[in-house]
Amino acid sequence: MIDLVWLVPFFPLLGFLINGIGWKKLPKSAGGFIGSAAVLASFAVSLGIFFEVKSSGTATVVHLFDFIQSGNLNIPFAFQVDALSSLFLLIITGVGFLIHVYSTSYMHDDEGMVKYFAYLNLFVFSMLLLVLGASYLIMFIGWEGVGLCSYLLIGFWFKRKDFTNAAKKAFVMNRIGDLGFLVGMLLVLLNFGTLSYQEFFGQVEGGQAVVTSSTYNWIAICFFIGAMGKSAQIPLYTWLPDAMAGPTPVSALIHAATMVTAGIYMIARSSVLYNIAENAQHLVAVIGLATAIIAATIAIKQYDIKKVLAYSTVSQLGFMFLALGVGAYTTAVFHVMTHAFFKALLFLGSGSVIHAMHGEQDIRNMGGLSKKMPITSTTFLIGCLAIAGIPGFSGFFSKDEILAATYGHNSVMYYLALGAAMMTAFYMFRLYFLTFTGSFRGTEDQKSHLHESPAAITIPLAVLAILSIIGGYVGMPAVFGDFHPLNEYLAPVVSNHGVHHLEHNTEWMLMGLSTVLVIVMIVVAYRVTKKANFAANTGIAKILENKWYVDELYDAIIVRPLGALSSLLDKIVEKLGIDGLVNGVGKTVHWASNRIRLMQSGQVGFYIFIMVLGITALFAIGFFWIH
Amino acid sequence: MIVTLLIVVPLLAGIFSLLAKNNTAKGTAIVSTIVTLVVGALIGVEAYTTPLSWSIDWIPTLGTKVSFVADGMSTMLSLLVSIVMLVVYISNLNKKVENEGSFYGLMLLSQAGITGVFLASDALLFYFFWELALIPVYFLCSQWGGENRIKVTFKFFIYTFVGSLMLLAAIIYLATSTPGGSSFAWNDIVRAGSSLPAAEQQWVFWLIFIAFAIKMPIFPFHTWQPDAYETSPTPVTIVLSALMVKMGLFAVLRWLLPVVPAGAEFWSETVIILSVIGIIYASLLAIVQTDLKRLIAYSSIAHMGLMSAVAFANTEVGMHGVMVQMFNHGINITGMWLIVSMVEQRWGTRDMRELGGMASTAPRMAIAMVVIALANIALPLTNGFIGEFMLFNGLFSSEVACGTTYMILAGLGIILGAVYTLNMVQRTAYGDAIATKQGGDLTRNEYIGLAVIIAIIIFLGVYPKPLLEMTSGMVSMMP
Repeated sequence: MIDLVWLVPFFPLLGFLINGIGWKKLPKSAGGFIGSAAVLASFAVSLGIFFEVKSSGTATVVHLFDFIQSGNLNIPFAFQVDALSSLFLLIITGVGFLIHVYSTSYMHDDEGMVKYFAYLNLFVFSMLLLVLGASYLIMFIGWEGVGLCSYLLIGFWFKRKDFTNAAKKAFVMNRIGDLGFLVGMLLVLLNFGTLSYQEFFGQVEGGQAVVTSSTYNWIAICFFIGAMGKSAQIPLYTWLPDAMAGPTPVSALIHAATMVTAGIYMIARSSVLYNIAENAQHLVAVIGLATAIIAATIAIKQYDIKKVLAYSTVSQLGFMFLALGVGAYTTAVFHVMTHAFFKALLFLGSGSVIHAMHGEQDIRNMGGLSKKMPITSTTFLIGCLAIAGIPGFSGFFSKDEILAATYGHNSVMYYLALGAAMMTAFYMFRLYFLTFTGSFRGTEDQKSHLHESPAAITIPLAVLAILSIIGGYVGMPAVFGDFHPLNEYLAPVVSNHGVHHLEHNTEWMLMGLSTVLVIVMIVVAYRVTKKANFAANTGIAKILENKWYVDELYDAIIVRPLGALSSLLDKIVEKLGIDGLVNGVGKTVHWASNRIRLMQSGQVGFYIFIMVLGITALFAIGFFWIH
Repeated sequence: MIVTLLIVVPLLAGIFSLLAKNNTAKGTAIVSTIVTLVVGALIGVEAYTTPLSWSIDWIPTLGTKVSFVADGMSTMLSLLVSIVMLVVYISNLNKKVENEGSFYGLMLLSQAGITGVFLASDALLFYFFWELALIPVYFLCSQWGGENRIKVTFKFFIYTFVGSLMLLAAIIYLATSTPGGSSFAWNDIVRAGSSLPAAEQQWVFWLIFIAFAIKMPIFPFHTWQPDAYETSPTPVTIVLSALMVKMGLFAVLRWLLPVVPAGAEFWSETVIILSVIGIIYASLLAIVQTDLKRLIAYSSIAHMGLMSAVAFANTEVGMHGVMVQMFNHGINITGMWLIVSMVEQRWGTRDMRELGGMASTAPRMAIAMVVIALANIALPLTNGFIGEFMLFNGLFSSEVACGTTYMILAGLGIILGAVYTLNMVQRTAYGDAIATKQGGDLTRNEYIGLAVIIAIIIFLGVYPKPLLEMTSGMVSMMP
């Protein structure tokens, strides 16, 4: 089965090719069917691989063909099948399949539906390359590939300038991170002569390579810069909220469940490196925590249903980096998984709402939708309970693990993270209450059209809701005994490092504290939304509504100065300076020759005069030369 | 013997076109280029292992010979010439050109000249072809060009010609320094040059380098280029940017670095700094251009800057990357220009402020444009990535002082590259549809031309091995 791993990315590639070539001629339903079937086929193969890896527990490198070969540089196109990659395969193809099915209904009225499925399949293909690659270079191929698909899908409705601007912003910000990734790879190549995980980690662990600790730190920081771009961390996070311009299933798949977790995958994959690079790892924790807090504060005051979810995603990704930063690698992967379930659920639920509201995304114009949309509202509520961390739901288990690991690491960081978790509960339930409870605040026309979505939308919602409930039981807190199949599964590849085990009493206390506080925040959210009058925000609320003015800041200190510099170079340096100099040389020659030309006057007497003068001068020079 | 066909065929076809009636010119051009393509491919199979060479006396009193060598690098570039010219001819098949006979005749002559530059292994012969390639292009620009063509082509001609004269002086000087006092053979020139005292090599370096630097062009010798690209008719722009620019870089690898190694070593840091400045400078300028041709011109300067920086960084992988990227850049920029000419033909302008909505009006063209644009910014699984990765690797691992810093500065080019390339896509392909003045989506010939380009982009992006193997033998020959 493992030898057939190439089939996993092959099916979506095939789907992409069929839909891509036939985008004009294929009927919409065929496009949707091909796209979904391709991902389902990958899921089936992934499932087989998952269980084979589970029973064998070893990592296998599957060599496909020679890729870059030059002198000592030899990078094959190879896949690495192990616990980490096979788990990601399941998340990507599983959640991906549900979102494809959902899209067949969601995108049905769009004339570009076949093209949409082509892009979506291309995305799945790239994402699978990213996690399957046996070296950083193959990861990088997938890394840029998913960035491309993200770009294409954010700007899917290409007639809207603001949408294509968002697409461009996403791509460029990711490229900034990619430069970090590239430099990281070159550092690894220079110091270790390889980009393959097995060889690189082997050398790191074996300690054969003579590499200073600052080099390790630089490599780890460079990779982390790449992760900041892809996984929307401070300071490269501002593209993700804008990326909500894309169709909602895209937001669910790419900008919540899979692509944005690539950075977490990368660091978890490189755990051997980060264990050594302690400073870099500390930076990961700090940036992750800061992002978790800042994004959560912004989410509190957003009114666009997708923007709330977008900032929530940024914040949750921050939690994952916090986990990585304190050495809890498998915990981060655990949260990737549960987050994929509940955040995909929430996004798809918001899409169902937006559909019913005919494109309306402002929660100030919603309210009371639960009566008309029972399945959507119930599943959405489950998603909210999961992300808030109510015991029994998946998010509780993974978030509790992160908080516990952070507490063992540094108690100040723990309290800050707890604050972010409380804000999460608040803004999610604010969103839920404003959207689904109370009375409807939209137009009469909207009200008359409200309806529950069809089965292609509600079934994926239901499946994800179930996963959002049960998904957490693969990793029980230590106080409930040693039941953690996820850690056991991942153990051959990656395991937590330097995470302190807490006393049972402490663990109980932390769990109780966070649960109580989360419930309090839900109550607060209920009371606040009940009284909400949506008056214009002032003071700190206005700052939060405007996202701390970070976009404006970037515009003022980077975008506009760069534009001004470019214009200056174009108008002054290039045209007047360099080209002026070149033309100046030409003009000088021209001018001089015009003068010299005057000497050729045609008067023989003048010529003879000059000749005599010249000969005299030659004699004179000759005379003085000799003496 | 077979090597000469690569030059003789386009040369004869060119002369024939100049003399013959107009309506045979296109056919002559296409058939003769197919012949050179096939011959090039046959040689390529051979040159993989052993270089082919051929030589007879030319002007015995001067000691110069007509001698050619087809090794991995020169064969690859000859193939590039044939592929690019063929794509140009095919995609222009339905377009009206005034005075077709002369136009295609001159194109073919220039093709012969460029191929000669790549194959010549005698310095005087090399110089002969260097000029032979330029002169037809001068006529092409000044006859078929756009606004300001006389002024712009004159400047371009004078500028490159000044460089050429210095090159000639250097060649003669080196020939007189050969053991017999007058040999122009590559081996002898290399031996003569590299045994000159270091101080002497340092100034001979500039005599040779200026000519190549203008041709590539390297900052700050580049200002002829955006004007020339803008003014020339697109097929000629393609010859200039996809092929002639490569002459400059090729000449650096063959006629500069091995000839004056001590000079090159001494000046390498200067050239790298100029090149890196050029990358950032040209990328910034590309951001503010509104004319598609000028945007691509500056983008090309940035790309060439990276290649020239790495050529002087003196690492194996970098050198290999330069060779590979010469080919890839030639292919990609040809695709860009084809798109530009199609845009200009349909909308009657190249000004991006007046364009938009190609994705609605001509979706296939838009797809082709996006793919080529992605290759231009070196997205993985396109040919551009392979070369760029090797180039960055070469610069990064270079023993030149501050190689790492230069690489990171050069790396800013990949961010800025994304900015201007995506701007271009956004402003031409996206937004509301703007009606075309004539024609809609791709015609059959345009489709074929772009399909060839895209097929090469993807194939070499996924499986670069053939290209890498073809040139791998060359790397070890480098000093």
